[in-house]
Amino acid sequence: MQTLMNQLRLATLRFAPGRAVLVAMLLGPLVGAFVAYGAIAAQEPNEVVIDNFTFGPPELTVAVGTTVKWVNHDDIPHNVVNKDKVFRSKALDTDDSFSFTFASAGTFDYFCGLHPHMQGKVIVK
Amino acid sequence: MANEGPDDRKKGLGRREVLECMVWAGTGVLWTISGGVPHSVGLIGEAAAAAPAKGFTFLQMSDSHIGFDKAANPDALGTLREAVAKVKAMPTKPSFIIHTGDITHLSKPAEFDNADKVFGETGLQTHWVPGEHDIIDEERGKAYLERYGKGSKGAGWYSFDDHGVHFIGLVNVVDLKGGGLGNLGAEQLAWLEADLKDKSASTPIVVFSHIPLYVLYKDWGWGTEDGQRALDMLKRFGSVTVLNGHIHQLAQKVEGNMTFHTALSTAFPQPTPGSAPSPGPQVVPADQLRSKLGLSTVTVVQGNKPLAIIDNTLA
Repeated sequence: MQTLMNQLRLATLRFAPGRAVLVAMLLGPLVGAFVAYGAIAAQEPNEVVIDNFTFGPPELTVAVGTTVKWVNHDDIPHNVVNKDKVFRSKALDTDDSFSFTFASAGTFDYFCGLHPHMQGKVIVK
Repeated sequence: MANEGPDDRKKGLGRREVLECMVWAGTGVLWTISGGVPHSVGLIGEAAAAAPAKGFTFLQMSDSHIGFDKAANPDALGTLREAVAKVKAMPTKPSFIIHTGDITHLSKPAEFDNADKVFGETGLQTHWVPGEHDIIDEERGKAYLERYGKGSKGAGWYSFDDHGVHFIGLVNVVDLKGGGLGNLGAEQLAWLEADLKDKSASTPIVVFSHIPLYVLYKDWGWGTEDGQRALDMLKRFGSVTVLNGHIHQLAQKVEGNMTFHTALSTAFPQPTPGSAPSPGPQVVPADQLRSKLGLSTVTVVQGNKPLAIIDNTLA
């Protein structure tokens, strides 16, 4: 208990220059908002991001002629394989990407050839 | 720490034999065959304390992921070296190693070279099966087959006999279907049927593949779509031991005369089913990695004793 009290006291001391903390607290949400904006802005309109063994967005609708880019943010390789063999990427290591231009309309189901429970869809109109 | 498998309680083996599997997590699983049923000879690294092995022993190692350098373990080659040092120090020399896949992380030639070099230091023959990480070269498995496929069929499956035990290496990481699990395929299943045809039911069987042959956790793809068909073919045998990797953690169950066991990785841990958003590498603080990969014992004994996994850390 004594140790805990000491730790609490230490913690109080550490936060004694309260002004900086106060400024941080006030700025916190603002910084958070910027970070969130940055995260959204980082994903381009026709981009599918692989995160946590998931394609996001799982369903993407684009116009004919659009190039879609897949980026792997996991620290495990994945790939992108169309069910009907229209496209197949090589293995994408961390931050590697694959692009494919959809020349015709249709629904293109795809999955990860290494982890086939990962599935996604591109609808080309 | 002992984690009991509730599903396996009180089932026992239904046979007079006692099956034990002692595991040292960072290294491998040491098995011995006695009276046709695999059981352990003791902890690797502590094997001196165990009774001298009779008959023969072999080692299971898995998921070396050579080339992996991310946060969960920046030096997968280093931890493999540590594991191999343990193997070299074993007082009872195993007959061979079975490697249940993911030798490399990205199927690169240098990764295979490094793995071969370190495994070569054991002086033991290694029987390999590929993991999905071993067949992601541009030519989708050619690099693996050129190196390890000699005498194998199809994508690299084969069988061999040693000390009266029939060993079968299966490949369940190729031609995976969207939404599906691991896959053996019709050609391999037909081969397996022919391979087993003339074997007497008293022949002990050890079957090994990368992805678990039974469905362990569907949401993460931890299972084999047509694995049950292979297991059905093996049902008539008196002793079947199924060794897998892929999930980087221990899981063991006993069903009738079949014992299922998954090995730990020498590279990095993965989360238990459903305990994380994804099955990706589990990052633990650097000073805890080896404690995470520490000394573990899996013991399955006959009678009312529960299946137990006992972890003894190396830290």
